[in-house]
Amino acid sequence: MIELMDVRKAFNQGRHNELWAVRGVSLQVPAQQVTVLRGPSGSGKTTLLTLVGCLARPTSGRVRLHGRDVSGMTERFLTGLRRQTFGFVFQQFNLVRGLTVEQNVMLPAYPLGLTRRDLRRRAHGLLESLDLAEHAQARVEWLSGGQAQRAAIARALVNDPDVILADEPTANLDTELSRRFLDIVRDLKAQGKTLLMTSHDPLICQAPEVDLVVGLRDGQLD
Amino acid sequence: MTRGHRTRGDLALVALLALTLAAAATFLHAALAGGRLDGATREGRNLVARLGLTDLALFTEARYTRHPTQADRHAAFQDHPMALEHFPSGSMMAPPPFFGRTAHDPLAPATASPD
Amino acid sequence: MTPWLQRQRHLIDFTVEALARRKGRNLALLVVYALMVFVLASVLLFSQALRREAALLLAQAPEITVQRLVAGRMDLVPAAHLERLAGLRGVASAQGRLWGYYYDPATQANYTLMVPLTDPPPPGTMQVGPTLARFWRLGVGDVLSLRTHDGRAFPLSVQGILPTDSALVAADLVLIAEADFRAFFGIPAGLYTDLVLKVRNPREVAKVAQKVQRDLPDTRPIIREEILRTYAALFDWREGMVMVLLSGAVLAFMILAWDKASGLSAEERREIGVLKAIGWETSDILAMKLWEGLLVSVFAFLLGYLAAYVHVAAFSASLFVPVLKGWSVLYPDFALTPQVDPFQVFTLFFLTVFPYALATLVPVWRSAVADPDAVMRQ
Repeated sequence: MIELMDVRKAFNQGRHNELWAVRGVSLQVPAQQVTVLRGPSGSGKTTLLTLVGCLARPTSGRVRLHGRDVSGMTERFLTGLRRQTFGFVFQQFNLVRGLTVEQNVMLPAYPLGLTRRDLRRRAHGLLESLDLAEHAQARVEWLSGGQAQRAAIARALVNDPDVILADEPTANLDTELSRRFLDIVRDLKAQGKTLLMTSHDPLICQAPEVDLVVGLRDGQLD
Repeated sequence: MTRGHRTRGDLALVALLALTLAAAATFLHAALAGGRLDGATREGRNLVARLGLTDLALFTEARYTRHPTQADRHAAFQDHPMALEHFPSGSMMAPPPFFGRTAHDPLAPATASPD
Repeated sequence: MTPWLQRQRHLIDFTVEALARRKGRNLALLVVYALMVFVLASVLLFSQALRREAALLLAQAPEITVQRLVAGRMDLVPAAHLERLAGLRGVASAQGRLWGYYYDPATQANYTLMVPLTDPPPPGTMQVGPTLARFWRLGVGDVLSLRTHDGRAFPLSVQGILPTDSALVAADLVLIAEADFRAFFGIPAGLYTDLVLKVRNPREVAKVAQKVQRDLPDTRPIIREEILRTYAALFDWREGMVMVLLSGAVLAFMILAWDKASGLSAEERREIGVLKAIGWETSDILAMKLWEGLLVSVFAFLLGYLAAYVHVAAFSASLFVPVLKGWSVLYPDFALTPQVDPFQVFTLFFLTVFPYALATLVPVWRSAVADPDAVMRQ
């Protein structure tokens, strides 16, 4: 469903600190499966994730979604895509401080213009399923690492996206919580979601839930 | 968001609405109060008529500031109002429109009433 | 509610929560902002009310006042002038006014001594202005002794006190009989301070004034309209020193507000990145920030304006009394009827609300159009 064709990405192009983070990657991310981009830090796996998630455009090459080339689309279109098709779980979770868990979960749905009641119902359903319902009114800075990640996952799911993108999801978790995360991954997969993660955590890469592990090194496939 | 279904955003909007209504009420109040002559003003008008007064007793600090409209050429308010020698009254009042008129000058050209 | 309205509600919810996070800072800003609006609006409302009062009071002023100039200075007017003007076509009546100033070195106050055009008090007595009466704690029957032009003591007993309500025009008046006035200042009969004319047809005032000037070239007529115009310019907000002084404060506030509104903290910048990454459009972020700017500035405007209205309407602009009073010893107590000029209020609204609201947008625009992937690479 997601296809990358000879994708390259440069930062600071044309300047003395030019850096090619991705140097010609062609890849198919299968739908409704769990794919892991594995590689050491600096291998370009996070950059690749941002290209897949339409957070950035490739310098050259194509990104196709459902057979449609999205690399040349307008920013407005890409924003809509990010909102409807992708759910992001950031490495630092990037929850908005000062807001409650519930408010954070509802954030991606604000631009949709749903009624407040619908929004709350959605958020509560998700928090319930992720075992966070009792913390709905807690401010996010009071959460533990595992709770914060589940809040971030709930936020990624609130617009019911087809694809979940997670950047180093277990980097801040201990083994116990990492297993818990894999349980969630299994549930999401069972719901028919496509998952794409970056990780160099063997626990993730060897997990039975993972269908495909793609190795990356220096911006190229291993 | 917070318990109940009222958010802080709602509170802010309600407060804003209340303040806007209050501001609108000041327009109404001013229009109502300004439309009628109150007792004090009527009292003052009678006195002005009886005595032939020409000025407000706002600046009683000196002879030359007491009757700004009756000023002669050596009196206050003849200079630019920013002139500091009559601070603070001089900063609140401009020279009268007939400033500088002498016997040989025509009447102030800005006079609005038809001849 | 339409989705558009729902979305705006959510954006407002978000922005109010964001403001609440930095409660202290934003409250302080709101207070300073409202204070600035308060002072500006107070000046506007106060001067507006004072101008209205002046216009109402002085509508009864003499239609034409005639001064005489001798060698470019005001001088006493001979009775011959009075007779001449009384006979002028279009003049209904002419009267000589007698008034002057008395400086009391003991109190360092100036009194205005005057002979009323009608109903003068009997000789040996006086009617005093309310502020003067309060200053000396005078009651009817009390005696105040003034010093004549040739140094004699001149006792006058209080026959009446002018109504307290008339303080704005009568604060420092001392009304005495004509004989007393002439004796006191040493002005012989047949001379007046100035003349006042009543005109038969109000439309002919300017014409009559011209005739006065032509017939008596050593005089200067002042018509009522000019008096009214002088007071209409009172506190004219382009001319007022108050505004000059205030503009410094306004400028300082603008710098503060600009700094606050236009500088984005690293956290705010990161937040904008997160919002973009999770699917907010640039326009959503701008709308959210615009709400923030509007809420803060409209709140500040309304609070400041309402406080100013109460200040002027209920407290007669008591905070300005020291400024107006200047070095006056006899300062009138007066209540003001507020008058609102919608044009001025809206001008103030636009001048205070929009710069701030726009200042919040500029930096957001810059970071909102940046690529959202920055949030992943930190």
